[in-house]
Amino acid sequence: MNEVLMYALMTLVLLGTVSAVILYFVAQKFKVVEDPKIDLVDEVLPKANCGGCGFPGCRSFAEVLVKSANEKHSLEGLNCPVGGNNVMKEAAAILGLEVEEQEPLIAVIRCNGSKANSPAKVNYDGPSTCAFAHNLYAGEGGCQFGCLGLGDCVASCDFDAIHMNPETGLPEVNDKCVACGACVKACPRGIIELRPKGKKDRRIFVSCINQDKGGIAKKNCEVACIGCSKCFKVCPFEAITMNNNLAYIDPIKCKLCRKCVEVCPTNSIHEINFPVRKKKPETEEEIVETNKTMAVTHDTKQDSNIESQS
Amino acid sequence: MIALKTFKKGGVHPEENKISANSPIQKLAFPKQVVVPLGQNLGTPSKPLVKRGDEVKTGQLIAKGESFISANLHSPFTGKVLKIDDAIDSSGYRRPAIFIDVEEDEKWEEGIDTSETIIRDIKADKQTIIDKIKECGIVGLGGATFPTHVKLMIPDGRKAEYLIINGVECEPYLTSDHRLMLEKGEQLLIGIKILMKALAVERAIIGIENNKTDAINHLTELAKQYAGIDIQPLKVKYPQGGEKQLIKATVNREVPSGKLPIEVGCVVCNVGTAVAVYEAVQKNKPLIERVVTVTGKAVKKPSNFLVRIGTPVQMLIDAAEGLPENTGKIINGGPMMGKAITSLEVPVVKGSSGILLMKNEESKRGVPQTCIRCSKCTLACPMGLEPFLLAKLAKLSLHERAEKEKIMDCIECGSCQFTCPSNLPLLDFLRLGKNKVGQLIRSRK
Repeated sequence: MNEVLMYALMTLVLLGTVSAVILYFVAQKFKVVEDPKIDLVDEVLPKANCGGCGFPGCRSFAEVLVKSANEKHSLEGLNCPVGGNNVMKEAAAILGLEVEEQEPLIAVIRCNGSKANSPAKVNYDGPSTCAFAHNLYAGEGGCQFGCLGLGDCVASCDFDAIHMNPETGLPEVNDKCVACGACVKACPRGIIELRPKGKKDRRIFVSCINQDKGGIAKKNCEVACIGCSKCFKVCPFEAITMNNNLAYIDPIKCKLCRKCVEVCPTNSIHEINFPVRKKKPETEEEIVETNKTMAVTHDTKQDSNIESQS
Repeated sequence: MIALKTFKKGGVHPEENKISANSPIQKLAFPKQVVVPLGQNLGTPSKPLVKRGDEVKTGQLIAKGESFISANLHSPFTGKVLKIDDAIDSSGYRRPAIFIDVEEDEKWEEGIDTSETIIRDIKADKQTIIDKIKECGIVGLGGATFPTHVKLMIPDGRKAEYLIINGVECEPYLTSDHRLMLEKGEQLLIGIKILMKALAVERAIIGIENNKTDAINHLTELAKQYAGIDIQPLKVKYPQGGEKQLIKATVNREVPSGKLPIEVGCVVCNVGTAVAVYEAVQKNKPLIERVVTVTGKAVKKPSNFLVRIGTPVQMLIDAAEGLPENTGKIINGGPMMGKAITSLEVPVVKGSSGILLMKNEESKRGVPQTCIRCSKCTLACPMGLEPFLLAKLAKLSLHERAEKEKIMDCIECGSCQFTCPSNLPLLDFLRLGKNKVGQLIRSRK
């Protein structure tokens, strides 16, 4: 009996030793040398795996960061929009480098064709995906550039930052937005744009991408950009460009003076997070005249506010 | 009695509803203004030759097809060019079009024979026929609007054996081809003879479904005088009018995946196209009008109209005694493959075969439920695909996988969606997937 036990033990020991030796050489041969910095950098990244940096997942972004630091000694062009400047600074510190401050971005919806502004002419009852509806038809309101309101952007968001407003039928972005750009890619019409958050979260943008001629655009939507170039003329900083009957405000050149918002005849330029406007001293008669209607609406709004307060 | 043939794989049998079958083709009054879209054919849109303020005669060339797959466009009316601008098409998107203000007294372009006399003698030779067809802007009138002259240019190393004429009209409701076969039978047969000459084939087969016995009898009688043309009655089954299904049904050959019918020695043309070819070659008349069915269960007077291109849909509906009150959907084409239109200003184009007005309750979609893996869609698919899988892949944007599963073979017949007990929008997702995979394939080039 003892003999059997002994043979068994010896065989096992022999097998173990031989395998250990083989494994040792194999491990030497196929050794993967990974920069330990990758693990450290990966540690500080937000682990959202959203792809906002342009790479598939945080781990591969960490690899790219380390590679860039080793080869080019800079992290230029690389940014984690989710983590923002803090995370990028931490990562740079691990790699012994410094990064430039990047202005945080946020997604803006460049369409205001709500159910009220662009009333439905036809009803859509197909599958609720914008990608399909975009191939099928122009949209319920008739605008071939506007929001289809079926929520592909909402489905694409990993951060709970974009939701449909059932009243307007348009998506709305909240503070949770990290500018990963998933919704920008998901929107088949390219309505969503990533723009700098701006000082004190103040932003001005043209909330329309309709390139039709003015009359046609206006026929389909009350608040469409009609390409009248008034904003282009009034802008003192040359931040506005006109292209294909559409105004575009360059967020870098824009100094947030709000002159364009005042002159826009269709209210298609939006200002966000600005304090309520003081009543204008009537010096420039021309502007006041063109804005009479707007001024009236402002007044009534203020009045109603006062009434509700009292 | 000849045995009824049909294709083997898949297929469904929707209610036929050919309510306008007995109303003869009527000519429609002239509109005041027409919109002639430039992109009426498959392939590249035509390039306009006229400018604002130009006087145009009926049948005058107003836009030229410049690339290989493109077609000429002719003025459907006499009048003045108002502008060249974007106009909405049936989907609501704006596409370039020529606007023409119509004058009442009509002046035809010189050289066009507008008489009713039938010219039986075919003088033109092969090349002249093809040139004439190209010049007159003939495209496939079955709905795909593929330029006919391109179809007739057989690539080197291939030989056409059969010309198959599509008189199937398998879409429910539509009767424009049916009426054409009954009323212009002789012209149709001469057109087929012309096409046979252009292709140098000995045999032509007209496939007609068995629910059009009057057309079958009428054409069989007429065809006795035309050697080489056979009439093949077919069993009623949708989508027999699909090119590949029709080839399988008539000559029992299968077109390989991703290939054209010429691969198996066949060329398929619609009956409407054959009549247009007759008019182009024998009468020098360009393609400026077509037969359009206006139908629907609630329509007061379901009719077939001979309509000039560019006429707004509104006029057709008015001629059929108005829009019924409870209309839910207006469909351009038949109920299976047609698409709902978004405005009545939309003009009739070369590819419009019918305007279907659906009642509100008919047009409602069922509530989609989950797929129960019953495999009905797979059994119904005439191309042997798995629609449930392809729809899922399209939904998940797995385009490479969808391409491997042969999504591009889908003919968009809608049999899968028709048969689905869970009301899933299979065809919609297949169309989306095809579009995306098509983009993917083009981006590789």
